[in-house]
Amino acid sequence: MFKDKIITRSPEETKKLGEKLAESFSPGEVVALFGPLGSGKTCLTQGICSGLEVKDFVVSPSFVLINEYEGKFKVYHIDLFRLERLSEIINLGYEEYFFGEGICIIEWAEKAIKLLPEKRMEIYLKILSENERKITICKF
Amino acid sequence: MLVLGIETSCDETAVAVIQDGRKILSNIVFSQWVHKKYWGVVPELASREHIKTILPILKTALEEGKLSLSEIEGIAVTCGPGLVGSLLIGLSLAKSLAYSLRVPFIGVNHLEGHIFANFLEYPDLKTPMICLIVSGGHSTLVYVKDKGDYAILGRTRDDAPGEAFDKVARLLDLEYPGGPSIDHLSKKCHTSGVRFPRAFLEEGSLDFSFSGVKTAVAIYVSRLIPQEKEKQKACIAKGFQEAVVEVLVAKLLQAAFNLGVKRISLSGGVANNSFLREQLSSEASKAGLEIYVPSPILCTDNAAMIAAAGDFHLSRGEKSTLELNAFPRLPL
Repeated sequence: MFKDKIITRSPEETKKLGEKLAESFSPGEVVALFGPLGSGKTCLTQGICSGLEVKDFVVSPSFVLINEYEGKFKVYHIDLFRLERLSEIINLGYEEYFFGEGICIIEWAEKAIKLLPEKRMEIYLKILSENERKITICKF
Repeated sequence: MLVLGIETSCDETAVAVIQDGRKILSNIVFSQWVHKKYWGVVPELASREHIKTILPILKTALEEGKLSLSEIEGIAVTCGPGLVGSLLIGLSLAKSLAYSLRVPFIGVNHLEGHIFANFLEYPDLKTPMICLIVSGGHSTLVYVKDKGDYAILGRTRDDAPGEAFDKVARLLDLEYPGGPSIDHLSKKCHTSGVRFPRAFLEEGSLDFSFSGVKTAVAIYVSRLIPQEKEKQKACIAKGFQEAVVEVLVAKLLQAAFNLGVKRISLSGGVANNSFLREQLSSEASKAGLEIYVPSPILCTDNAAMIAAAGDFHLSRGEKSTLELNAFPRLPL
């Protein structure tokens, strides 16, 4: 397992980190994001998508749960914020996303931990202050 | 022409009949309550609810308008943007009806529907105008040059305002949906609201961002002990609402000023926020602008607005084929 800790000092730095991470991504990559409201999950995702050459605005999918983008690869941006039970996630048809050919980025991934593929990247975001975030990256 | 409208893009199952694009004969909206405990719309549940309710709603809409299906001359249906499963249910009904009744049908963009809510409420409304559509899923500033001719001036780069309201309501332990809860609670704050940052973005930008203010509230709340949070709740709600509304109003006015347009309008579920309505009408009158806000039933998702937009396109001889698909991210 590979582990790295980074401190970012602004939303722009968090975005840059996402862009850098995306350089190493290949189809089928699953990125699980963990962190409270406002910790920068959507922001990091915007960086990853920009690194993957997604031209569209990447917005929060809290309302619709899954946003699909076209970049270098297909990108699925999933937000499990509102889901409580595993059965609801199963109902979403998760296999298609988690085990597909696209890049799958999952916010509030703790809610689907049992369903995630073993080979995945986990990113933990912690709020240190107004603008500072501690970002821990683990690759399995 | 009698047009039947069908709207199932999200969590409202709605059917309406309108006459000649202006007269509402019936407008039935069923708001799905099953999502309440999930704090938002669960797509799979939404589809199932649409399937269960769409035919009874159709029947009710016809009864209310004292109409029979055979009198319908055109069908309009939302084909995007929205939840794909939900959209497909309305679309399937529309196609079956059009095919069996041998009448034309047309797929309508949901956002164009919200624009047409204005023309339904104010039949003599002229263009050009600037329309701000704000809801749980959208935050879009549109230049309506004419009916059918639109340019997007700005949209949200992260959260839609309704979504930010929901998240903040959850931080404050309020009820879903967040918009009305926060609107209601903020009236109980009799001092000034807690000051949160306003996201105006780069100079001149007409885009929106509501993620930062949500984060500011989250951080503010996390630093309070429970008793203090309880005490300050109303003023946090008020401060958050002020931050969101100030940006919405400023950008709408800025757009009108930039383009030299005198008419502005507000539509979408968040348009029912009382503070937004008050602020906008006072700022608009100061700026000498005419303001149009449809009544609440036409602001939230409904099928009358879809029928109105459909009537406009059908009258121009446009129609969709039975191959029409649903487009979850259909642009305006």
